[in-house]
Amino acid sequence: MVNVTIDGIKTSVPDGSTILQAAQEVGIRIPTLCAHPDQSVKANCRVCVCEVEGNRLLQAACSQPVFEGMVVKTKSPKVIEARQTILELILSNHPQDCLNCIRNGNCELQDLAKEYCIRENPFEMKTRGLPKDFSTPAIFRDPNKCVLCRRCVETCSIVQGVGALGLLNRGHNAMVVPSMGQNLADSPCVMCGQCIHACPVGAIGEVEYIDQLIAAIADPDTIVVTQMAPAVRVAVGEEVGMEIGEMPMDKLVAALRQIGFDYVLHTNFTADLTILEEGNELLKRLTTGGKLPMFTSCSPGWINFCETYYPDLLENLSTCKSPQQMFGSLVKTYWADKMNIEPKKIFSVSIMPCTAKKFEASRPEMNSSGYQDVDIVLTTRELGRLLRMSGINFDKIEPSSFDSWMGAYTGAAVIFGASGGVMEAALRTVYEVVMKEELKDVNFTVTRGIQGIKEAEVDLNGTVVKVAIANGLANARKLMDQVRAGESPYHFIEIMACPGGCIGGGGQPITKSNLKREQRIAGIYVEDEQCAIRKSHENPEVKIIYEEFLKEPLGHKSHELLHTHYHAKNKKLI
Amino acid sequence: MAEEIRIVLRNYGKIDPLKIDDYLAIGGYEALIKARSMDREELIEEVKKSKLRGRGGAGFNCGQKWAFAYGAQADQKYVVCNADEGEPGTYKDRIIMENDPHTLLEGMAICGYAIGANKGYIYCRGEYPQVTQILNTAIAQAKEKDVLRDFDIEVKSGAGAYVCGEETALIESIEGNRGEPRIRPPFPPVSGLWQKPTIVNNVETFANVPVIVDKGADYYASIGAPAYPGTKVVTLTGDVNNKTFFEVPTNTTIREVIFQFGGGIPGDRKFKAVQIGGNSGAFISADLLDTPIAFDAMTSIGSALGSGAIFVLDETRDIVDVITRVAKFFEDESCGKCAPCREGTARMYELMEKLNSGQGSANDIVLLNKLGRVMSYSCLCGLGQAAPTPVLTTIERFSADYNAKLM
Repeated sequence: MVNVTIDGIKTSVPDGSTILQAAQEVGIRIPTLCAHPDQSVKANCRVCVCEVEGNRLLQAACSQPVFEGMVVKTKSPKVIEARQTILELILSNHPQDCLNCIRNGNCELQDLAKEYCIRENPFEMKTRGLPKDFSTPAIFRDPNKCVLCRRCVETCSIVQGVGALGLLNRGHNAMVVPSMGQNLADSPCVMCGQCIHACPVGAIGEVEYIDQLIAAIADPDTIVVTQMAPAVRVAVGEEVGMEIGEMPMDKLVAALRQIGFDYVLHTNFTADLTILEEGNELLKRLTTGGKLPMFTSCSPGWINFCETYYPDLLENLSTCKSPQQMFGSLVKTYWADKMNIEPKKIFSVSIMPCTAKKFEASRPEMNSSGYQDVDIVLTTRELGRLLRMSGINFDKIEPSSFDSWMGAYTGAAVIFGASGGVMEAALRTVYEVVMKEELKDVNFTVTRGIQGIKEAEVDLNGTVVKVAIANGLANARKLMDQVRAGESPYHFIEIMACPGGCIGGGGQPITKSNLKREQRIAGIYVEDEQCAIRKSHENPEVKIIYEEFLKEPLGHKSHELLHTHYHAKNKKLI
Repeated sequence: MAEEIRIVLRNYGKIDPLKIDDYLAIGGYEALIKARSMDREELIEEVKKSKLRGRGGAGFNCGQKWAFAYGAQADQKYVVCNADEGEPGTYKDRIIMENDPHTLLEGMAICGYAIGANKGYIYCRGEYPQVTQILNTAIAQAKEKDVLRDFDIEVKSGAGAYVCGEETALIESIEGNRGEPRIRPPFPPVSGLWQKPTIVNNVETFANVPVIVDKGADYYASIGAPAYPGTKVVTLTGDVNNKTFFEVPTNTTIREVIFQFGGGIPGDRKFKAVQIGGNSGAFISADLLDTPIAFDAMTSIGSALGSGAIFVLDETRDIVDVITRVAKFFEDESCGKCAPCREGTARMYELMEKLNSGQGSANDIVLLNKLGRVMSYSCLCGLGQAAPTPVLTTIERFSADYNAKLM
């Protein structure tokens, strides 16, 4: 332990603590901008500088380790002047369009400007005048707003192992750019959107489709139908001032109806369906000598990653479409038929925790209904904006329930929202299919949690099935390299592009720390426990769709509507 | 009357730098043999005792630095020579390497033995391709003669970034990364190149080492200023008659450097200012000319000896115009990693341009002063911390030049 004095308060902190950590111990908050709880120390914004007795130079609290007898002043006039000047410098080339910014009210720089009473900036306003990048249907970049904290670069290269973002030029011409200065669409970007969570300001965001939704709602000839992913409910409350997991599903359904959706259905229905299709696909591969290990295919950021970096392993991908796209092709065929609605009148809106889903919906492969299967994709954040825009009071709103035929779901579908959930859901079904006996305890807790790579073994009548689960694409890389080298011991691998799984998706409420992801994961399993039915094959509406429409898993109709193939992206990589 | 003493330039003009035999004939590599006969700790103690301090600008006790790296436990250690010499007006390292490359190799090999490193890198300024050639020739000859034994030296060429003279940015550059400074601690002697204990010393520092080993610490410590003994190679530019280099003892005063060695100011013009230590050096006015160039004496007048560049300005020079150019240099050379330097150097140039073009107001000077002050203690590395020095010292000492240009 080391004895230090911070703003006159004496304390003892563990060896190796930084000033920032030591200050937190005694309840002093030091402002930061480039610091991120789950990333390496960067010390490049210098906003956290503090005075250390005996040193003329101010020290960055985020990087400076404490030493025995250190005396720190975190808010002396010298420190305040330095922080204000640094903020003025950063703000003097930052577009002052906070009112129009996607991060208005949720911006670390805005908060600092407010805290440090930045009024009239003495430096002449000079923005960089760089073009915005709207080259993808999922993510945009506004390099003018970038404060060069480099958190997005670390997320993209270290957490995700994608390496689509890097630095160009030096000095005040330095900027973060997609690799080799290309636009995002040409870069290896997989559109996972983790950079959005990393960004302290509005330099990266999701491409919004709220206007298209409102136009569709306004059109009396259009039937607006929505599906919603399992990770949305657990997080969307954060957008309207609730605690994680607090949003009641029936009130959320009612709110969606108030916003103007004609029918409210759930992606969970096709999540259950995915288990039937994917589970049977796995069994088929296991028994007929098919390509193994089989990879899950629910996460579109992961699909993009596989197409970009592991095109040689595309055959290992399950041919199942993601639940969103299964839903898209069924809503304009099966459901339209059931409801006696002309498919061309259906405007299919998907609400997702994901930015890559926006891209997935726009894929040319995704029109097996004869139309674009999913018309637009909104993120959880966009849903949050819609809820606020609609002035919904969740204390007073009357609950409502999902519409029929594609609205029922089980706990197995709910857990798709967390890393390991698809695996656990699949095991719940595969076990009963193979063993022909009831699974007594449906909780495969070994597959749960935020840990980057998890593995498990299941004994199915003497056949030991080895499975692995990865979340975060840098972790996926480790498993993929093993497969590529022919050294993978696994039969089935679940991969989710985003850390923690979909609850940490690029479209979720801005998530600065993994702690929040863990809390959302906990919320997902609470919801699973609350479901009366927790095995996908017991979903009553899934039983009906097989009886009346699909006939059998992997059958003709399934192949037509629920399965697909992916292709190498052939991108220029560094 | 001060006199030149040649230690690092002791072989200048006496040998053919491309012939190792010339170097060997005048006792070259004997210091290395002697060093290797010594106990490592004894050798480091000797270097410490000589009080040799880094000639790159920071003035850290060389033996002390070596002791850190010696004490660090690691499977691999490195010796790196900083030959990036990017300070405008500085060419002392080039003179040493062009005329006596083996002195550098010998100094590095002694360091390698002392700290237990078998690999050295010379990070040579990108604009010095001819020096790289000379060094490679010298290394090849040294290998052929096997004088370095198991100590291997490789030359790495820079790519023109001034910031790579900062030791951690230099290390990043050798590793193939963007040339940007690292957060310190850890310092290189503990964790440097590829996270291994690394000594980074300047060319001139290494060139002193064989003499210290050969003639002993006491001999060396007796030369020049007691706290910063030895000599310093100074390079004179600007309004001075002898635009050349001298190796002078460190107790030589600035006045002696300019008026005795430099031969004074050309024509009948009067002295106005001198900038010492390169582009980030303070501007010194006539009243401070009797200050010795030694590290601590310079520090006491808010200046730094730095690389030993001496840039003289006569009375006809427009200080505001000169500083505007200096500010432009730092705007160009900031690496862009930390906010106050990235944005601050650009704003400093912008404000200087405004003042220089007669568009500035007294408020702009106040703002410049505040900006410079904040940068000097908030920036991540020495570049940003020192960049405002010329601005701040001229606002203080040459305010008439600024006032004359106000709107």
